Amino acid sequence: MIKIQKKQGLKSWQEGLLRVGSIIAALVASGIIIALLGYNPFEVYGAMIKGSLGKPYNIEATIEKCIPLLIMSLGLSIAFKMKFWNIGAEGQFYMGAFGATIVWWYFPTLPSYVLIPLMMLAAIVCGGIVALIPALLKLKLGTNETLVTLMLNYIAIGFITYLANYSPLHEPRTVSQIYRFTDNAMLPEIGVFSSQVKVHIGWIIALVLVVLVFVMMRYSKFGFEISVLGENPDTARYAGMNVAKTLILAVVISGGICGLAGMLQATGPEGRLTYTLSAGLGFTAVITAWLAKLSAPVILVASFLFSVLLQGGSSIGTLTGIPSAVAETIQGIILFFVLAGDFFANYKFVYKRKEKK
Amino acid sequence: MKKILSALLAGLMACTLCLSGCGETQVDDQGDTKLEAIAKEDIKAAFLYVGPIGDLGYSYAHDQGRLALEEMGITTHYVENVPESSECEATLRQLCDDGYNVIYATSFGHGEWVEKVAKDYPDVYFGHATGYITGDNYGNYMGRVYEARYLAGIVAGLNSESGKVGYVAAMPIAEVIRGINAFTLGLRSVNPEATVEVVWTNTWFDVTLEKNAAISLINNGCDVIAQHCDSTAPQLAAQEKGVLAIGYNSSTPSAAPEAYLTAPLFHWGVYYTQDVQSIIDGTWEGQSYWEGLSAGMVSLDDLTGNCAEGTAEAVATAEAAIKDGTLKIFAGELKDNEGNVRVAAGAEMTDAELQAFDWLVEGVIGSVN
Repeated sequence: MIKIQKKQGLKSWQEGLLRVGSIIAALVASGIIIALLGYNPFEVYGAMIKGSLGKPYNIEATIEKCIPLLIMSLGLSIAFKMKFWNIGAEGQFYMGAFGATIVWWYFPTLPSYVLIPLMMLAAIVCGGIVALIPALLKLKLGTNETLVTLMLNYIAIGFITYLANYSPLHEPRTVSQIYRFTDNAMLPEIGVFSSQVKVHIGWIIALVLVVLVFVMMRYSKFGFEISVLGENPDTARYAGMNVAKTLILAVVISGGICGLAGMLQATGPEGRLTYTLSAGLGFTAVITAWLAKLSAPVILVASFLFSVLLQGGSSIGTLTGIPSAVAETIQGIILFFVLAGDFFANYKFVYKRKEKK
Repeated sequence: MKKILSALLAGLMACTLCLSGCGETQVDDQGDTKLEAIAKEDIKAAFLYVGPIGDLGYSYAHDQGRLALEEMGITTHYVENVPESSECEATLRQLCDDGYNVIYATSFGHGEWVEKVAKDYPDVYFGHATGYITGDNYGNYMGRVYEARYLAGIVAGLNSESGKVGYVAAMPIAEVIRGINAFTLGLRSVNPEATVEVVWTNTWFDVTLEKNAAISLINNGCDVIAQHCDSTAPQLAAQEKGVLAIGYNSSTPSAAPEAYLTAPLFHWGVYYTQDVQSIIDGTWEGQSYWEGLSAGMVSLDDLTGNCAEGTAEAVATAEAAIKDGTLKIFAGELKDNEGNVRVAAGAEMTDAELQAFDWLVEGVIGSVN
C-alpha cells in the first residue's frame, strides 16, 4: 500500500535543488514532446524568452501580465493564511473593475487626480463586498467558501457579459464592448527602472502592496491573529480573539485587493471593462500564492516567473508558427512539473506492506 | 528573506529616481502619405485569428483566404487564439518587429489595437475584418453575407413543412440582426406565412449552448435550423432530431450529412488576393471594403441532395437578380415585427442604416433586447 506522508525538516538548499530540478525536468520533458511533434525545442524556448523578455515592448507585456497576477496572489494569500479558501479572485477582480467603471460613468469629467483615486476606492469596496458574501454565509450558515467564491466568479463574468451586450454601457456599433475610458480615467505610464520600458503605474502600486502585505502579515497584531485563526480557530477563540471580526475584515481586504487589480487592468493596458479582462489570471493567482507559500516577497518572484511563462507561451505561435495548442501543452507540462516539485518538497510516498494477521 | 526585502526597497528607490525624464514624445507625421509598393517576393503577410483554425468556422474561413495568398506565391504566417485584449497589441508589435509588412486582424475586438499599433509602424499595411476604422496605412473589410442569407432563406422556405424556421444567433448586434432580417425576407418571399424564431446564445462559440438552443427551437416545432454562430452544433442537433439545417461560414456537409441543406459562405481570399495585388501595384488605399455576391466575396454553398425539387432554380433566379441589381433586399415597404412601417415603399436602406440595424423585420419571433 502506498501512503502519502508529510515530510519533516527539508533543508532550504535541498528544497531549492528540488525546485530547480523540477524546472529542468519540465524543460527536458516538454523538449522531448516538442521534438516528437516535429519542432525544434531550442527554437521554441528561444521564442519564449524573446517574446517575454527580448525587447522593451516584450518586457512591458510581461509586466502588464505580472501586475494583476501579483496583486491577486497577494490578496489571496491573506485569505489563504486564514485557511479561508477564496477561489473567487476572478469575481472580485471583475466586480472591482465594474465599480471603477461605474464611478467613471457617472463622473466622467473629474480631473485624473480625483477620478483615479475614487475609482480605486470603488474597486476596493466592490471587490470587498463580493468577498464579504461568502464570509458571511460561512459564519452564519456554515457554507463552504470554496464553492461560494467559485460560483460568484461565474455570476460576475455573466454580469459583465450582460453589461457589454444589453446595458447603456454597451458602445453601439461595437461587438459586445463597453465604452472605452476617457483619457482622464486612464492610468499614466511610468518607466520601470528605465525609460525604455513603460508600464502603467499599477506596477508601483503592486510593489507597495508587496511591502504592505508583508509587514501586515509578519509584524502586525492583525496579521498574527490571521495566522492563529488559520492554525486553529479554537485557539483563537480561547485566546479571546473576535474570530468573526478578524475573519470578515481579512476576507474583505483579500477581496478588496483583488478588486483593485481589476481596476488597474481595466484602466491600464485594456482601456475598457471587458468580459475577458482577467484572462484567467484569477485562477493562476491561486497557484502562484500557493507555490510562494503565501509569503509576499516570494509571491513577487513567483508571479514574475509565471508571467514570463504566460507571455512566452503566447509568443510561441507568433514567432514560430507552431499551433497554439502546442504552446498551451508546453505551459501545462511546465506547470505540472513545478507543482510536482512542490509536492515532493512537502510530502513523500511511504510504501507499506499490509501486515498479515 | 531580509535580502529579498532589501532588494525590493532598493528597487523602489531606483524607480523613484527614474520617474523624471520619462516624458519622451513622438511626433506624428500628419499629411497624405502614400505607402510605397512592395515587391511580391518581399511581402510577408501575417494573419491574426481569434480562434483555432480547426474550428471549421470563422477562423477556418479566413485561413482559406490565407491559403489563396500562398497560392499566389506570397509568404504568409498566422497566429491562432489571439485574444481581443492588450495581448493583441503585443502580438501585433512582435509581428511588425519581425518584418511582417502586411497584417490582417480578423476579429472585431482586434480593431482598436490595430489602430494603435498602425500609427507606430507607418510602413506596415494593416487590414481589419468586420470593423470600421480607416487610416493612412489601415483599412477594413467585410462581406455582404446577408445577400447569401437571403438565398438561404429561400432554401429554408422551400424545405420547411411547418413554416416555422429556427435561428440560433450569437449576439444582438447589427451584423447578426441584418442577417436574420435578410434570411426572413428571403424565407417569406417564397412562403409569406413562414416565421423565424430566434434564440440568442450571447457567445460566438459554445458547442453546448448552441446545441441546446437548436434543440429548444426544434421542440417548438421548427423543422429547419439556421445559425449565426461558429460551431456546427446546431446542425448536429438538427440531424439528431431529424430536421434540416443551414450552416454558416464554411461548407460543412460532412458534419451532419442528413440535415445539411446549404450555408452562406465567406470567400475572404477574394479580398486578400485583391488587397495584396493593390499593394504590389502601389494602388493601395485605406478603404472600407464591403462586397457581396457579385464580387464573389460571399456565396451560398452548393445545395445538397436534402433540398426539395425546385430549390436550386429559385435560388439561381434570386441570385441573378441580386447580382444585376434588380432585386434589392432591404427595399420598402418593410415593417418591423411590431407592425410599424420602418422603410417606406420605394425607399431603400442605406449602408449606414444597414450598419446600425437594431430592429427585426415582420415574421421574426424574438426581440433585440
